[in-house]
Amino acid sequence: MTDNTFEYAPAPESRAIVDIKPSYGLFINGEFVDGNGRAFKTINPATEEVLAEVAEADDADVDAAVRAARRAYTRVWSRMSGAERAKYLYRIARIIQERGRELAVLESIDNGKPIKESRDVDVPIVAAHFFYYAGWADKLQYSGYGSTPLGVAGQVIPWNFPLLMLAWKIAPALACGNTVVLKPAETTPLTALLFAEICQQADLPPGVVNIVTGAGETGRAIVSHPDVDKVAFTGSTEVGKAIARAVAGSDKKVTLELGGKAANIVFDDAPLDQAVEGIVNGIFFNQGHVCCAGSRLLVQESVAEEVMSRLKRRMATLRVGDPLDKNTDVGAINSAEQLSKIRELSEVGESEGAERWSAPCDLPSNGYWFAPTVFTGVSQAHRIAREEIFGPVLSVLTFRTPSEAVEKANNTPFGLSAGVWTDKGSRILSMANRLRAGVVWANTFNKFDPTSPFGGYKESGYGREGGRHGLEGYLKNTEKGANS
Amino acid sequence: MTPIASSTASSTSDSGVFDDVVRSDSSLRRFLHGLPGVDQVGCEARAAGLGTRSIKTTAKAYAIDLAIRMVDLTTLEGQDTHGKVRALASKAMRPDPADPSCPATAAVCVYPDMVATAKQTLGDSGVHVAAVATAFPSGRAAMDIKLADTRDAVEAGADEIDMVIDRGAFLSGRYLDVYEEIVQVRHACGDAHLKVIFETGELQTYDNVRRASWLAMMAGAHFIKTSTGKVQPAATLPVTLIMLEAVRDFREQTGQMVGVKPAGGIKTSKDAIKYLVMVNETCGPDWLDPDWFRFGASTLLNDLLMQRTKMTTGRYSGPDYFTLD
Repeated sequence: MTDNTFEYAPAPESRAIVDIKPSYGLFINGEFVDGNGRAFKTINPATEEVLAEVAEADDADVDAAVRAARRAYTRVWSRMSGAERAKYLYRIARIIQERGRELAVLESIDNGKPIKESRDVDVPIVAAHFFYYAGWADKLQYSGYGSTPLGVAGQVIPWNFPLLMLAWKIAPALACGNTVVLKPAETTPLTALLFAEICQQADLPPGVVNIVTGAGETGRAIVSHPDVDKVAFTGSTEVGKAIARAVAGSDKKVTLELGGKAANIVFDDAPLDQAVEGIVNGIFFNQGHVCCAGSRLLVQESVAEEVMSRLKRRMATLRVGDPLDKNTDVGAINSAEQLSKIRELSEVGESEGAERWSAPCDLPSNGYWFAPTVFTGVSQAHRIAREEIFGPVLSVLTFRTPSEAVEKANNTPFGLSAGVWTDKGSRILSMANRLRAGVVWANTFNKFDPTSPFGGYKESGYGREGGRHGLEGYLKNTEKGANS
Repeated sequence: MTPIASSTASSTSDSGVFDDVVRSDSSLRRFLHGLPGVDQVGCEARAAGLGTRSIKTTAKAYAIDLAIRMVDLTTLEGQDTHGKVRALASKAMRPDPADPSCPATAAVCVYPDMVATAKQTLGDSGVHVAAVATAFPSGRAAMDIKLADTRDAVEAGADEIDMVIDRGAFLSGRYLDVYEEIVQVRHACGDAHLKVIFETGELQTYDNVRRASWLAMMAGAHFIKTSTGKVQPAATLPVTLIMLEAVRDFREQTGQMVGVKPAGGIKTSKDAIKYLVMVNETCGPDWLDPDWFRFGASTLLNDLLMQRTKMTTGRYSGPDYFTLD
């Protein structure tokens, strides 16, 4: 009985389907152009291999992109009927599905996330977003937010879900009749550039979508450009605050989707095996690079020990490694910079007296890796209970009563998401009413759907993306009683 | 074959940890209803997630041979004859006559009146004879008839008894009746191993499956089994997941291992491998053994053989190259 080890042989997804060019320009007015600025490198975080050189857009490049977007807005896109715009969005959605494997492989190479997530989560939801908002394009008069677009949207997105955040931004903007200038994150520009090719393939009128690559400076140029009517940002609270300051006093409309420190609350009557899955999915999905990650586990004291032993046993089965292997559960940390942040906060957790446990796993020698980790004995006063780690690190706190759970859950500057695990339906509803979080999941976690609005309270930002509510940020609200 | 303690009429767990639980109907009910609930959506999502594992090359070859060794090759038809059972028993010993390296199955599974015939063919080959008993498949008979049915099969040489629980009693909340019945059948089994069939398609909810699992384990079952194969749905991945979680938790609490047997509806190698992945990642490698995990199946074996031949020769041959029984 000793040879019962079921070793899964490597099952790598083929890279052959993607064609990564040695260098990429900017996508402005429907074509790829060389930027004026320098180039920067994007690497594969699992191997540290350089994938491509990408142009860093300077102020003049951003200006050219905004002008192209303005031209496309006034001459073509805002004049087109909603039904016609929908045809383009449906076409894009279908091409995304057709090229789904290519997009998934490229996303995993550039971002480090496991192929099973890019294939089964990111790309299908990306397509679903375009399908969903395509359906709204000719029905905006029933949205409750009017049907008048804002103009040019400047959009800056993060590296954790590069293509999905692009879809969250571009699909509603285009459906409402706006044109966009979008900047992907500097560590993950490749799928946005492939999306630019898809726009060409879909014959999208030039200038409707412009993709400018670069880092913070490029983002600043977009946000502060005087001819941008709307700023949409997903990323850190720190940058979000800087953006809010930059646009203050202008008539730009802003939506911000920022950080989080979500409480995942497990009551003693919870379905424990499923709760453990939800805890794992809440914090180790996408290496914990999720703004709505369930990074604070609040577990009722009477079941804390049992939950922790089940959780550790489950964590020991997580497969950490090559993102392109179909059996990988946890991939690579996106960048050296992020890895050092995670390490730093984990060390702080230890020095503040929390007990650290990491799943036993062999980490590859190249690339950026961090073993799934859990801290027990954490209190509200610890930094790892307050600050967003944005990595595969879970802080565990306990509570005794529902009121204590609510107090602890709400005792944070953030308010993006929360989870409740209980078999009692009435308790789910009462908790959802009392939790100050934009999304409350009941007996599940990290579930996304284009029909459901998403967004935060407090320092987690403002505005909603997804669903009917997601249209509001891209329309001039001319309805009676509207305040913007 | 298994290290589990021999049966006693009242409780099979040596330490008697469950004596208080099974003292009365109400204490048993309190215990079973106090088990953590199952969230249906979450359970099905987990089972589906495990189903996406990609098992290739050496891992696939290992899994296919293991699955063959775990098959309880089954025929449970009114039209069964001695000739049919003899043929099936021969197949169980040498599933692929063209390849002597192909392992035998774990057992053949037949009605009690066919046990002697099966035993005669199988001899001391190591392939066990399992007999369904206790008024299979409905379980609708008086207790003495069920016990006589069991003893008859054991006397004819059955190594394993697959009993059905009284679903009527279970669904009407008479848990102690179900418990006592399992204890008595276990006693009637003597040295034969007892598999307890829940007919999960009739129990319907995952909460019921978890309760039935604990009930049967406390009563001394060596194996817990999903289905008779006569009711749809038969075995499913989520139902088996609940049962695997139950045996895992039972060992944690008592130190005793109990086997799991999904039966009915598992037809392809791909399906079988999904089950093995689930065993591996839920209970760990200890259960990756025919002593602790079985497939109740009839058509599965030939698909496993076809896949096995494809792996060894690189060619995919048609069903005509494998024996029907």
